[in-house]
Amino acid sequence: MTEALKRTPLYQEHVASGARLVPFGGWTMPVQYTGIVEEHRATRGAVGLFDVSHMGEFEVEGPGALAALQYLTTNDVAALQVGQIQYSVLCYPSGTIVDDLTVYRMGDARYMITVNAGNIDKDWAHVTKSTAHVKDARWRDASDGTGLVAVQGPKAEALVGRLTDRDVTTIGYYRFAHGHVAGVPTVISRSGYTGEDGFELYVPADGTAKLWKALQAAGRADGATLVGLGARDTLRLEMKYALYGNDIDETTNPLEAGLGWVVKPAKGEFIGREALEKIRAEGLRRRLVGIEMVDRAVARHAYPVSKDGCAVGIVTSGSYGPSVDRYIGIAYVETARASVGTKLDVEIRGQGKAAQVVRTPFYPSKVKKPG
Amino acid sequence: MANVPRDLKYTREHEWAKQEGDRVRVGITAYAQEQLGDVVFVELPKVGAKVTAAKTFGVVESVKAVSDLFAPISGEVVEVNGELGQKPEIVNQDPYGKGWMLVVKPSGKGEWDQLLTAQQYEELIAQGGH
Repeated sequence: MTEALKRTPLYQEHVASGARLVPFGGWTMPVQYTGIVEEHRATRGAVGLFDVSHMGEFEVEGPGALAALQYLTTNDVAALQVGQIQYSVLCYPSGTIVDDLTVYRMGDARYMITVNAGNIDKDWAHVTKSTAHVKDARWRDASDGTGLVAVQGPKAEALVGRLTDRDVTTIGYYRFAHGHVAGVPTVISRSGYTGEDGFELYVPADGTAKLWKALQAAGRADGATLVGLGARDTLRLEMKYALYGNDIDETTNPLEAGLGWVVKPAKGEFIGREALEKIRAEGLRRRLVGIEMVDRAVARHAYPVSKDGCAVGIVTSGSYGPSVDRYIGIAYVETARASVGTKLDVEIRGQGKAAQVVRTPFYPSKVKKPG
Repeated sequence: MANVPRDLKYTREHEWAKQEGDRVRVGITAYAQEQLGDVVFVELPKVGAKVTAAKTFGVVESVKAVSDLFAPISGEVVEVNGELGQKPEIVNQDPYGKGWMLVVKPSGKGEWDQLLTAQQYEELIAQGGH
């Protein structure tokens, strides 16, 4: 890899804050500021500030925008009102996953999709080529011009509320509104990747540092803490939120990944529909489940899972869950081994360590449910 | 700069070794625990196990990474810090004290002199630790 790593608009801020910077998906990103466990607990206990500007944002506009998104994504975009957000998946014709994403309806015929940082180039090629036949749908890659800051935790509403002219208490979960936060024009999205109440704030790239500094200053009284990708990962793991590249990828389909709730064949034609209908009809071979270690050991990505000495699956994510104080993981296991309570072994350094399938999320979600 | 006590010897893999009479106490350095971040799991051999200089004797895991532990010297394990099973974070809090890992009864001669001095180890970590 000789290609230079990309930097978010907050790179200088991270250096000044003493963050530990690491390469991630082609970007230089903070993995931690003070410590992963401390940052994780601060998010659950007060409020965490996350730079997620590396995420990609594409806009699609025009009379054909809805048709383009209906063809690309598995969820039913026609159900989306202006001001609403939808979680969804992009699939290949084989039904396996190009990426997972959120779809924002910005206007009558204008949408924004947010995609994973490491997939921006692949996704751009996919969405533009796959919808070339759709008339009157203009795509624009807004990734470079957009900063994104997540404010997550029980104090998030109070903190963002103090910095904006907009009443944020009326923005429901997976809804968004326009407003100024710290004087910066912002798409205030009530969403996140932690299981906490909170917001994702989309701002112009050149306003991101101003917003970041204002959140830190105003958040001091709330115990606002800078949070890196390390804690972002343990927070999402405790919720069993899928991470592209770990739990879902080009070899997995949304049905086995537990994302069947965003696959809507009744809406009409979309890429992967036929394959997913077939998979659903034939029954799932394996399922993505939550596991908890019974023996003291840490399950990690790619560790084999067995039952009575026979291979039955593979771990896709695993670590210590700071808020549950247990070693937890996510794994694909054969459907017959996927029910809660099933005893399994995770192969760790050549030894089978006892684990069991457990209910998820591992930690109860605190998101502000739709009213 | 991380703390590097003068009275200890060191490996290039960031373990420390302390002479205590005819035994050697072993742990990981302050620099190592800083680099690892929050330690969440430590796997150590049992009392009576044999360890070999420059070979792995266990594993330390942080939230994000799994790292092998390398024995500074060869010998028999005569004590293991059982407290790290329930409280692995002690390795972060007190790497040269309560965060010790093993006590080894050395079987060979001459290995001690192969270890890095505090000054050599400081130079190693000043160069980025490799």
